Amino acid sequence: MENIALVSGLSALAAGLLISLAALGTGIGFGLLGGKFLEGVARQPELAPILMMRMFLMAALVDAFASISIAMGLFLFFASNPFITAVLTAVHPAA
Amino acid sequence: MSTETLTQGQYVQHHLEHLSLSLKTWTLDGHGFWVINLDTLFVSILVGLLIFGMLGMVARSVTSGVPGKLQNFAEVMLDFVGQSVKESFHGDSSLIAPLALVIFLWVFFLNTMDLLPVDLVSRLLGYAGVPHFKVLPTADPNATFAMSLSVFALILFYNIKVKGFGLVKEVFTKPYGGYLFPINVFFRIIEELVKPLSLALRLFGNMFAGELVFIIIALLPWWTQWLPGSIWAIFHILVITIQAFIFMKLTIVYLSMAHDTH
Repeated sequence: MENIALVSGLSALAAGLLISLAALGTGIGFGLLGGKFLEGVARQPELAPILMMRMFLMAALVDAFASISIAMGLFLFFASNPFITAVLTAVHPAA
Repeated sequence: MSTETLTQGQYVQHHLEHLSLSLKTWTLDGHGFWVINLDTLFVSILVGLLIFGMLGMVARSVTSGVPGKLQNFAEVMLDFVGQSVKESFHGDSSLIAPLALVIFLWVFFLNTMDLLPVDLVSRLLGYAGVPHFKVLPTADPNATFAMSLSVFALILFYNIKVKGFGLVKEVFTKPYGGYLFPINVFFRIIEELVKPLSLALRLFGNMFAGELVFIIIALLPWWTQWLPGSIWAIFHILVITIQAFIFMKLTIVYLSMAHDTH
């Protein structure tokens, strides 16, 4: 019973860390990106459309692994938790 | 949904299961590696035939007068993709622009399958006896890895075809010069393997997270669903477009790098 509680608590912590660190990284990354974009547009306003397209391109690249982390965190949270099922099958092998 | 007797976890689980045909026992309850996800296959082939059938029909009846709406749309897409290819591709190949067009339109329209209501298709097909049906093919890593591994095969093919034996020289001497060739080979292998991996997982992660948020919104009481649902749907339209565009742009850039001989 204690093992199940331990694994349950730790996997909740793991899911929380996955989601929060992804959000932190993305927030900082997009903030820097947007800041540089604004500086660039302030220096040369006529380049605004091109720079905006490039900004979205970079944003999607920054987004990549953050969204994978979020997907895995949400999966642990709401769908199956493989760690709990492993512990449960070890404790109740007939189940 | 008041008729639901599933718990929240089971509801989410039900919506995340594919209609998978196991290749060992030909039944519809496959797990593991040797399965074919029939829903992914069916939806992606259907969307592909629709989109490219429509474009083919437009191409047959093209006029040089005032264009109709479909022809206008086709011309805008061709212009857009042609622009991207012209600015990023520094080689000489007539395969790249059609490839980029196919990638952009196909990934974009497969991604828009996510905007269908969560229960609509799977419940309608459930009444016809189909147990699970995930309507978004790009949230299936099989589909995204299929696309990115095909692009990877093209990268390898063009590397060998355009560079020939110069490829060996390039791999052995690229960043650090001739005597450090193990490090050069190691870095080159990692760089080449990261390309298809990141292409596939980027698209998969974005689409899977988007779909999961839609499913979680569907767990709320029905009268509160409209606000978070519409906000997320509007944001998701942006994400869909950007992800399709990025896949196309990166394909063009990688193939241009494979044609690069300097």
